[in-house]
Amino acid sequence: MKRILMAFLAALALSAWAQGNLEIDTPAVATLKSSMQGRFGQLEPLFSAGAIGLTRDGRVELRDANQVPLAQRAATTSLLAAENRDRSALYQEIARANGHPEWERDIARTFGGRWIDKARSGWWVQDPAGNWTKK
Amino acid sequence: MPKLPACLLAALLAAGCVTINIYFPAAAAEKAADKIIDEVWQLKQNNPKPVPGESK
Repeated sequence: MKRILMAFLAALALSAWAQGNLEIDTPAVATLKSSMQGRFGQLEPLFSAGAIGLTRDGRVELRDANQVPLAQRAATTSLLAAENRDRSALYQEIARANGHPEWERDIARTFGGRWIDKARSGWWVQDPAGNWTKK
Repeated sequence: MPKLPACLLAALLAAGCVTINIYFPAAAAEKAADKIIDEVWQLKQNNPKPVPGESK
């Protein structure tokens, strides 16, 4: 009887742990994190200027190209492309690492909400309807 | 108590928990997102340098 109880408790603890955390400590996640961390220094002034904003689905988008000097527009475009590549890869990797590749969209939306929540005031973010608003 | 039913019960319970987990764990995902965003945007100043492969 005691054995059954122990097994039951172990199973319960395992399931609670499994539902309380997502696996994010993979080499791929670490690489993507440091890549994005390094890029943030270049993105930050663009956020502050209102040139770029955060979308609902966890991406970064050009919002107002006029806020970017003409000479820097091409560089900004490729910067955004690189950032969104990393972000997609991150969401995909987390879904994969947790054994549910089909979670990618849900993870992207969850991140979208959290990026927006943590965005500084003055940055542009998408509201639930997809319209740009200033925080 | 024979041994087999205990193992069977444990296996069933474990299977049940795995089945529950097919639903997207929104709270866990938010927690994971917060952790990663804090590191990417360096929002926690007192954070030690993130070590790849650290387990928590």
